Amino acid sequence: MSIIPSLLLLSIFLILAVIVAIEARGLLSTVISVGAAGLVLSIIFLILGAPDLAITQVIVEVICLVLLIRATVVRHDTTFTAKRDRFIIAVCLVGGGIIIAITYYAFQSMQAFGAPLMNLSQEYLSQGFQKTGAANYVMAILLDFRAYDTLGEATVIFCSIIGAYAVIRKVGRIKK
Amino acid sequence: MKGMTLIVKQVTRLIIGFIFLYSLYLILFGHLSPGGGFVGGVTLACGFILLVLAFGKKFFNNLISDRATTIWDCLGALGFLAIALIGYLGGAFFENMWVEQGQEFALVSGGLIPLANIAIGIKVGACLAGVFLALTVLGSKSDTHSGGDS
Repeated sequence: MSIIPSLLLLSIFLILAVIVAIEARGLLSTVISVGAAGLVLSIIFLILGAPDLAITQVIVEVICLVLLIRATVVRHDTTFTAKRDRFIIAVCLVGGGIIIAITYYAFQSMQAFGAPLMNLSQEYLSQGFQKTGAANYVMAILLDFRAYDTLGEATVIFCSIIGAYAVIRKVGRIKK
Repeated sequence: MKGMTLIVKQVTRLIIGFIFLYSLYLILFGHLSPGGGFVGGVTLACGFILLVLAFGKKFFNNLISDRATTIWDCLGALGFLAIALIGYLGGAFFENMWVEQGQEFALVSGGLIPLANIAIGIKVGACLAGVFLALTVLGSKSDTHSGGDS
């Protein structure tokens, strides 16, 4: 496995970019850091062999960057600082530690990654082309085997976009 | 919201056709190569956003109205639902029909999957362009009226 070191480097860069995005003063640097994190994530997808996901990540990241910079940053820089409450930080740390410990003990009982439990996916992989006729298995699974999921996603996008469109727009539609 | 400088406009004129062509390729060949309806739709919306940013609001008003984006959005969603309902001809909701027709690895293959890709592409492209319109063009007008206070 020769791709592991590059993946480690990219993951470290990703975590650093997210930390910078949280800690930076000013909305513009935060938005740019989030964009850098997204681009690194798309490179990770590409190295791991998922070109569909990589293309989606790059394009959605670009459009998010444009929307955020054009629509929010230009208007008001609503940065404010406050003192941190030590008690809340301690509670968060203890809670996170408890969750990590429970997860560790839960993962002990799981099987090895990917090896067993392939009953359902194995049928998709072996008979997907005969059943759907689509050469791209990602699309075959998204739009044939798991079409209900795609319908739900489309409904979620539709409702959120319509709601955002109704809330955000400031000029009302004039009745004639 | 005005347009940008001459350099940006000229580069946009050169490149915008390729962006729309690539988005159509992503939508139409989604069942053969990496891509699909969602990515193609977002690329389509990116092309419109580039046009608005480069040429300004007046150009966009000539191109497409804010009402049209809503209508195309709803049409795409209803089209996807209609494609799901076509499956009842084969027996069930979302049944993939006409798989046997069409050459393997050709553009016409995969049954209803390319049609669903086209519907999703129209829906996503229209709704993202509409959100950008709502955030920038429709918001900036009342900003000048109410003194820039949100």
